[in-house]
Amino acid sequence: MILPSLMTFSALDALSQIFPPDRLLSEVEDLIPYARDGTAAMRQMPEVVVFAESRDDVAATLKLATEHKFPVITRGSGTGLSGGSIPSPGGVVLCLARMNRVLEVDSANLTLRAQAGATTISIAEAAEAQGLFYPPDPGSMKISTIGGNVAENSGGLRGLKYGITRDYVMGLEVVLPDSTVIFTGNKCVKDVAGYSLRDLFIGSEGTLGIVTEVLLKLIPKPAARRTLLATFARMEAAAETVSAIIARKVIPCTLEFLDRVTIRCVEDYMHMGLPLDAEAILLMETDGHPAAVEDESRLMEEIARQHGATSVRIATTAEEAAQLATARRSAFSALARVAPTTILEDATVPRSELARMVSHIQEVGTRHNLKIGTFGHMGDGNLHPTFLTDERNADEMHRVELAMREIFDFAISIGGTITGEHGVGLAKKEFLPRAIGESNLAVMRTMRSVFDPHGILNPGKIFDPAAPQS
Amino acid sequence: MSVPSSLSPLKALDYGVVQQCMHCGMCLPTCPTYDETKLERNSPRGRISLMRAIADGRMEATKTFADEMYFCLGCLACETACPAGVNYTELFETARAEAEQSGVLEKPTRSWIRSLTLKGLFMHPPVLRAVGRLLWWYQVSGAQALFRKAGLVRLLPANLRTLEPQTPEVQAKFSCDLIAPIERPTGEIRHRVALLTGCVQDLILANVNRDTADVLMANGCEVHTPASQYCCGSLHGHNGEIEAARTLARLQIDTIDPFQFDAIITNAAGCGSHLKHYDHLLGEDPAYAPRAAEWSRKVRDISEWLVEIGFRKPTASAGATSVTYHEACHLCHGQKITRQPREVLRSIPGLKLVELAESTWCCGSAGIYNITQPEMAAKLQQRKMGHIAATKTTCVATANPGCHLQLQTGARQMGLETGVRHPVSLLADAYRAEPR
Repeated sequence: MILPSLMTFSALDALSQIFPPDRLLSEVEDLIPYARDGTAAMRQMPEVVVFAESRDDVAATLKLATEHKFPVITRGSGTGLSGGSIPSPGGVVLCLARMNRVLEVDSANLTLRAQAGATTISIAEAAEAQGLFYPPDPGSMKISTIGGNVAENSGGLRGLKYGITRDYVMGLEVVLPDSTVIFTGNKCVKDVAGYSLRDLFIGSEGTLGIVTEVLLKLIPKPAARRTLLATFARMEAAAETVSAIIARKVIPCTLEFLDRVTIRCVEDYMHMGLPLDAEAILLMETDGHPAAVEDESRLMEEIARQHGATSVRIATTAEEAAQLATARRSAFSALARVAPTTILEDATVPRSELARMVSHIQEVGTRHNLKIGTFGHMGDGNLHPTFLTDERNADEMHRVELAMREIFDFAISIGGTITGEHGVGLAKKEFLPRAIGESNLAVMRTMRSVFDPHGILNPGKIFDPAAPQS
Repeated sequence: MSVPSSLSPLKALDYGVVQQCMHCGMCLPTCPTYDETKLERNSPRGRISLMRAIADGRMEATKTFADEMYFCLGCLACETACPAGVNYTELFETARAEAEQSGVLEKPTRSWIRSLTLKGLFMHPPVLRAVGRLLWWYQVSGAQALFRKAGLVRLLPANLRTLEPQTPEVQAKFSCDLIAPIERPTGEIRHRVALLTGCVQDLILANVNRDTADVLMANGCEVHTPASQYCCGSLHGHNGEIEAARTLARLQIDTIDPFQFDAIITNAAGCGSHLKHYDHLLGEDPAYAPRAAEWSRKVRDISEWLVEIGFRKPTASAGATSVTYHEACHLCHGQKITRQPREVLRSIPGLKLVELAESTWCCGSAGIYNITQPEMAAKLQQRKMGHIAATKTTCVATANPGCHLQLQTGARQMGLETGVRHPVSLLADAYRAEPR
C-alpha cells in the first residue's frame, strides 16, 4: 500500500520526459480544479495532472507508477457521483479527455469503436448518423466519457428495456498496472473462449486497469415513440401501475417517477400546473414499431386509469412529448436550486419494493428533519433520494449521514443495493461490506491484488486492500 | 499574508453564490474555452473552484488566477446549461473585481489604458464622441490610407499592429445627429418609450439606432432619445470596476426616469443584459433602489418589446432573400431571448431564415475580448464564419454591436460576401419599402 506522500522529484522528472509541459499540470491554479469530481462535499488535491493522447502514454505512466510507487487516478470529464476520480493523496491524475475520437461505426456488425475519452453523446450521435442506436444515457451524457461509463457501469433512463452500459460492451482495450496492453472481447456475438475478462473491468472504477479503447454494441433505432404522463394520489398506486403494465407483457422504455417533494420543487421552479396534492407523477414512454407503440400506449393509459391515476395525458406530437417530459427532466435542476448543497444518492431495490422504499425515505426525512426529494427510475427500482442541505451546517450534515445510513440499511434489508448506477468510489465505501458481505469482499480483494499487486490504481476507492480498520 | 475580507470581493460575496456550484460538469460542453483546451481551469466549473479557494482562504489571488478570469469570455453559456442555477454573472464580475483589487495585473501601460478608457472615455460621453469624430476624420481624410501605405503600421506594437486593420469605420453622423430628442408616430400613440443609443452603437452603427426609432414609431411608440447619454456601465461591470458601473447606472437613471416610460429600449444585447441588473447593482443604495427596480422592470431588448406589443408584420420585402441568425451571447444566455429575434426575421415577406449551426456559440467578440485575447477570439471567429458560410445565405443578422463588428471583419478576412445586419434594420427596410 502506498502511503500518502509527496511525489519524489525523480518521479516528477520522469513524468516530464513523457509529457510535454502543455500536457503536465503542476501549478496550484491548475490543480485546484482537479481536486473534485461531480461528488458533493469531497476534495483532495492531486500532485500533478497529465493528459494522455495515446495508449502508449497510458502504458508509460503506469510503468513509471510501478517503478516510483505513486497512485494513478484515471479521469475522463470528472462527472462521477461517488468520488471515483477524486485524487488519492499523493496521486497523479491521468486524464483521458483528449483521447476522444470515435474510430469506427461498423453497420454490418452493428458495432462502434471509440477511444476511452470520447463523450457518450458523441457515440450516441455517431450511431444515430447511421440510423443506429446506443441506448445507455446517463444524466451527464453530454460530457461524460465512455471510459468513465464503462468504469462505473453507468445506467440511465432506459435500463428496464435496454439495459445498462455492461449490456453494450463487446470489447475493451485495457492497460494493466504492469503496463501490459490487452484487448478483451471482439465483434462476435458469441464468444466463450476463456474467462470473460472484459466483464471484470466493467464497473471496476479504475482499480484493475485503465480502459483506453471500447468496442460497443449498437441496435437499430426504434421507429416510433409515445409519451404519457400520469399523476397519482398515492405512490403505491403508481407502483402498482408499473407492476400491472409489466404483468401485461409491456416493457416501456421509460418509467420515471417524481415524489411529492420533487413535484412541489418542480412546480415552484417551472410553474407548469402540476397538482400539488399529487403524491406521485409517472412519466411513461414506449418505443418500437409504430403499430406496437400505438397498442402499448393505449394499454398503459388504461392500466394507469384502472389503478387510480388522477389524470393521464398522452402526447401526440414531438413537442407535446417534450413538454410532458419537462417535469421529469427538470427534476434534478428544480431540487438543486433549493439548497446550497445537493447530495444525489442512488439506492436501488427490486421493482416490487419501490413504493415501500419511497415511503421509508420520506419517513426518515421527516424524523431527521431533512428535506429529501426522491425521483428516479421506477421500472428498474433505481431511486434518487436527493438531500437538499448545506455542507457548512455541521449539525445538519451529521443528520444527513444518519439518514443515509438508515436508507442504505433498509434498502439492503429488502433485497436492494447501496448503489444502482453511481458506483462505490469513496462515497459508498463504508457501506460496501454490509451490502455485499465479507466473503464477496475477500474475493474482490484477492482479485484486485492479482491485477494490481503494488496498489497503484485508484487506491482507497471501493475498499481498502488489507483488512479494514475495525 | 492574508487579504482582509474587506479588500477581497470574493470573500465579501455571499458564500451561497459560490457554493451553489455542485461541480457536476454540465457546463463543460458549452464553454468555448474549455472546448478548445480541455483544461478544467479554462471551464466555468474550474474557474468557480478557484474563486471558492480564494473565498475559503485556501489561495490568494495570483496573476495566473487573474489571467484566467480574463481568459473567460463571459459569454454565460454556462448559465444556460447549469442545472443548479449558479449566478455566474455575479461570480465572474466579482472575480474580475478581485483580480483588479489584488493588483496582481498592474503594469503601467495596462493601468494607463484602463484609466484612459474605462474612467476617461466611457465615463464622459462628450469626450467619447470627440474621439469618435477624430477617428472619423482620420479615416475619411485619407490619413489612415496614408498611414497604412507609408508602412507606418509597422511602428505600432505587435498587438496593436494585428488590430489596426480591424479598426471599425466610424460613421459621419452619430445618433444625436440622426434622431430628435422626441419623435412621434404619425398615428395613435400607444406607448411611450425611451431609446438607449449605446456607445459603440452610437459611434459606429448609429443607423441601427435610427432603424430602431423608425420601427418603434411604426408600431405606435413615442420615442424619447436624450441627445447625451452615458455608457450603461457594462464594460465596467465586466472588467472589475463595479463602483464605476454603479456610478454610471445612477447617471443613466438620472438621465431617464423609468417611471415616465412604458419601456426602456436597448438594441445592444451586451448593454441589455447589464441594464436589466440595475436593481441588483443599486439594491443597497436607498436613494436609487426603487428607481433601479423600476428600471430593471422596464428594460426591453427591441425584439423582445416588438413581440410583446404584437408588432405589425411588414407587407414589403427587405431586399435580402435569405438570412441566418447569430445569437449574441448576452441575448440568448444573458437575457434568455431566442424566439423573438427569429419572429422579427420570419415576419419579413420573401426572407428565408436558415438556421445556423452552433448559433448560440460565442463569436469571440465578447466585449473587448478580441482586443485582450486576440488568439482565442480569432479561433472562435473562424469557427463562427465557417458555420455562416455553410448556410449559403447572403446576410447574417445579429443584435449586438460587438458581434456585428466581429462578423464583419470575419467576413472580410474570409472573402465572404455576407452582409451583417441587426434584425431591426431588416424590419425597418421592409417597412420603408412598403407603398405609401
